[in-house]
Amino acid sequence: MSAALALEQALNGVQLGVMLFLAAAGLTLIFGVMGLINLAHGALFMTGAYACAFLTRETGSFWLGLAGGALAAAAAGAAVELLVVRRLYGRDHLDQVLATFALALIFSDAARWIFGPQPLWLDPPAALSGAVPLPGGGAYPAYRLAIIVAGLAAAAGLHALIARTRLGMRIRAGESDREMVAALGVNVALLYTAVFALGAGLAGFAGAMVGALRSVQADMGEPVLILAFVVIVIGGVGSVKGAFAGAMLVGVTDTMGRALLPALFARIWDPATAAGAGAAVASMLIYMLMAAVLVLRPKGLFPADG
Amino acid sequence: MKKRILGAALAAIVAAGGAAADPTRIGMITTLSGGGAHLGVDVRDGFQLALEQAGRKDVELIVRDDARKPDMAKSLADEMIQKDKVAILTGIIWSNLAMAVVPSAVRQGVFYISPNAGPSALAGRGCHRNYFNVAWQNDDLHAAMGAYMKAQGFKRPFILAPNYPAGTDALTGFKSTFGADVGGELYTKLGQTDYAAEIARIRASDADSVFFFLPGGMGIAFLKQYAGAGMTLPVFGPAFSFDEVILGAVGDAAIGARNTSQWAYDLDNAANRAFVEAFRKTHGRTPTLYASQGYDAARLILSALDAADPVKEPDAFREALRAARFESVRGKFRFGPNHHPIQDIYVREVVPGDGKPTNRLIGVAMRDRQDAYAAQCRM
Amino acid sequence: MAEDARDTRATLALLAALAAAAAGAHALGEPFYVNMAARVAILAMAAAGLNLALGFGGMVSFGHAAFFGLGGYAAGVAAWHAANQIPLASWPVLVPGTDRMIVVWAAAAATGGLAALLIGALSLRTSGVQFIMITLAFAQMFYYFAISWPAYGGEDGLPIYLRNGIEGLDVYDPFTFFAICFVWLAATLAGTARIMRARFGAALTMARLSEARLASAGVDPFPVRLTAFALSGAVTAVAGALNADLNGFVGPSALSWKMSGELMAFVILGGVGRLGGPVAGAAAFVLLEHFLGAATERWVLVFGALLLGVTLFARGGLLGLLAGRARHG
Repeated sequence: MSAALALEQALNGVQLGVMLFLAAAGLTLIFGVMGLINLAHGALFMTGAYACAFLTRETGSFWLGLAGGALAAAAAGAAVELLVVRRLYGRDHLDQVLATFALALIFSDAARWIFGPQPLWLDPPAALSGAVPLPGGGAYPAYRLAIIVAGLAAAAGLHALIARTRLGMRIRAGESDREMVAALGVNVALLYTAVFALGAGLAGFAGAMVGALRSVQADMGEPVLILAFVVIVIGGVGSVKGAFAGAMLVGVTDTMGRALLPALFARIWDPATAAGAGAAVASMLIYMLMAAVLVLRPKGLFPADG
Repeated sequence: MKKRILGAALAAIVAAGGAAADPTRIGMITTLSGGGAHLGVDVRDGFQLALEQAGRKDVELIVRDDARKPDMAKSLADEMIQKDKVAILTGIIWSNLAMAVVPSAVRQGVFYISPNAGPSALAGRGCHRNYFNVAWQNDDLHAAMGAYMKAQGFKRPFILAPNYPAGTDALTGFKSTFGADVGGELYTKLGQTDYAAEIARIRASDADSVFFFLPGGMGIAFLKQYAGAGMTLPVFGPAFSFDEVILGAVGDAAIGARNTSQWAYDLDNAANRAFVEAFRKTHGRTPTLYASQGYDAARLILSALDAADPVKEPDAFREALRAARFESVRGKFRFGPNHHPIQDIYVREVVPGDGKPTNRLIGVAMRDRQDAYAAQCRM
Repeated sequence: MAEDARDTRATLALLAALAAAAAGAHALGEPFYVNMAARVAILAMAAAGLNLALGFGGMVSFGHAAFFGLGGYAAGVAAWHAANQIPLASWPVLVPGTDRMIVVWAAAAATGGLAALLIGALSLRTSGVQFIMITLAFAQMFYYFAISWPAYGGEDGLPIYLRNGIEGLDVYDPFTFFAICFVWLAATLAGTARIMRARFGAALTMARLSEARLASAGVDPFPVRLTAFALSGAVTAVAGALNADLNGFVGPSALSWKMSGELMAFVILGGVGRLGGPVAGAAAFVLLEHFLGAATERWVLVFGALLLGVTLFARGGLLGLLAGRARHG
């Protein structure tokens, strides 16, 4: 593999990783602070994409769409928290799984209802439409590069928010001891709604950015949700730092596996067999990674409690 | 498993049977939701247009959405056969769904008229007297493009297709005429929407052109990302990668691409002119090849219904289908011994159009193309 | 004890209703509805398998589609090899394909049980929310593998052109096939009841309620849980094999996370940890799907809302309404 191709594939891996981090950060925060498993998180990702596509079409501005996508997802998250999720905090995980699974079904069918069964198409903004030359003779789409930058900025912002602000302090307190936060006179209900909206907004932001790359459709959230689970299991459930490390690991492993394995197998088998076997093993690679992490460190790479 | 989730009861009754004899029931299972929805929508709209034009009161059409899921298509077929007692099934877009539905359906005695999918297994050893394909065998358009690109002097095309029966048929078909020596070969996931890794590999290869078979939403995603990555290699494909809906979504990035099709909206014959005009009037858009296939499928069925009743006289009905006495919108049309068409394949080029790019007929890629599997078929 | 008796009575009533519905449809010459009853029996059996882990063992597995799908593939692959006369393995011993149902069931149970043993051995190192996510991720691993591995159809799935058979029975007769599924379901429920009354069942209940008490009794909860999990996987896999034969088809969607979610929903809808809960849940789902699906395009939306409502407000499930308060939770 040439250096230019290696660099391009590495960037693809980082871009996938950044997107996964944005999706997984909310999931892990919500679990860390409220102890809730949220299967509707993929639906919030999808909400961001639909809102962005809709607003971009109506206003003609992708930037308004992007902001609107993140805000719409945050608003949907807050509404879900107030109406449904709030009743689930004290319940066992079984009830949480079922209720949020039901929410995921409701969201994706509602999206089909409102926007029709066919996918929506969203173009990246004109300013980011071309490709940027890479050292070594390659080129890389400007928009994907922008996703990497925006995602890293969001990660840095989230880190600063948790480390430096009053809300962040309460989040950290909530992660370590839920009862104590209430005892300290913090408005727990408000804190929970805010955390939920924050997580949803991050997912919606990721969904809006990815929508312009692929297509916006009702089932787009499901694969992201599953990958986000893998990410936080690898990184350590409840840990934002772990989610970042896990997302990068999963993004790069997945992309490199898809890029390298078929070529590797092509040395042993004919192209059609190699393509099939390569794709099969590549698609399992991140789950093998997860199993390996689990055997070595059952609580993930960065356990939240310890 | 899920029998029917979305759009389940999308039952469109086109012509309610009068008090007279039992109407002939036709079941249409097609893809109306998800990334491949516009293919099914156009097949349905073309089919319904032909029924409306015929104005027959004795034909009842039941339309259901399979959401591109083989198991759902299979259970919808069983439901239509066992509960709704349909005589004829049609509508399936995707080869993997056809493989799940067709063999058991024709064994239960119904006729299956394929308006799109033509997997090699059903054209060769798995052919059946009650199975007819009005569109093409999966290899056809790809084989024609292989022949065309070879004639045009391309040496190292990079070829890619999704990993499913129609995808392997596509690349097999392409190589059957172009030769096995290509610049690179890739299978992608069906329904995949991010092609960054694949585009990087094309860029790193020494290919001089790209041939891709990515129908529906996959084609839109690929073409957008291909242009966004600053790729300039000329692109080729079957018409499935460049239908009017894909061109509308992709925009100018597709201009210059050439594709093979058994039909074009600017093909000059009376039936086609009438069809394109009527379709535009009814639906306000230019028909895709899928609409033409749905239209032809309905007209084939109607022509055979004029001759015989599929339930009471199945043998006579089958003979009438085989004779194909209808005016196809693609000009001349006849069935080979395996009930797949023998037809001309054309080349089209994507040119700037009215607001969005469109396809223009530029020549013939292959005359009287017959698929390579007909010899294996023993009916 | 009175509650158990009521539970048993409700279960028996449900089974009787299911058999009566199938017999009625058969008498009226409606094979479609006989098949529908067979589907209820199969899904109920799959969910009963899950109930053993989830309801009685407290292991919230979100990956039981893996076992359901593996069982289906066991049936599909065996039939494929038999139909094409290609041996399954030629080394170290020649293993031909088979179209004998009994062999297929054994193969499905073995595959599902073994997979559950492996997944369980890794996943049971964790608990709570991690366990949920890990079982889900392992099921997804099988899902993506099935999609990408071309040998057995990949994304397209594997059609079973000739239903696997049993000597002396006409398995193509819908009612005969229903009867086979029904016997399996009844046997599963009876077996579950028996196990739960045995010492093993007591240990499993204890492991769910209080691990510490079990440990103080000198029993390590891990092997108890793992055994229940493997057993649960094997039962669900046999249901998967029956399902493949019913549909004449097995595909990756049998392994998808929605399948896991639905199996879980059957258990919850019916009532967690209740013997007949899965039967009530599966029957309600199939009936709703059929009649609601015919009445509204938005049936998934309605199902989602219903599931949400039951989870939030009716915690004993359907059987809770029929047979009294929830067993636990």
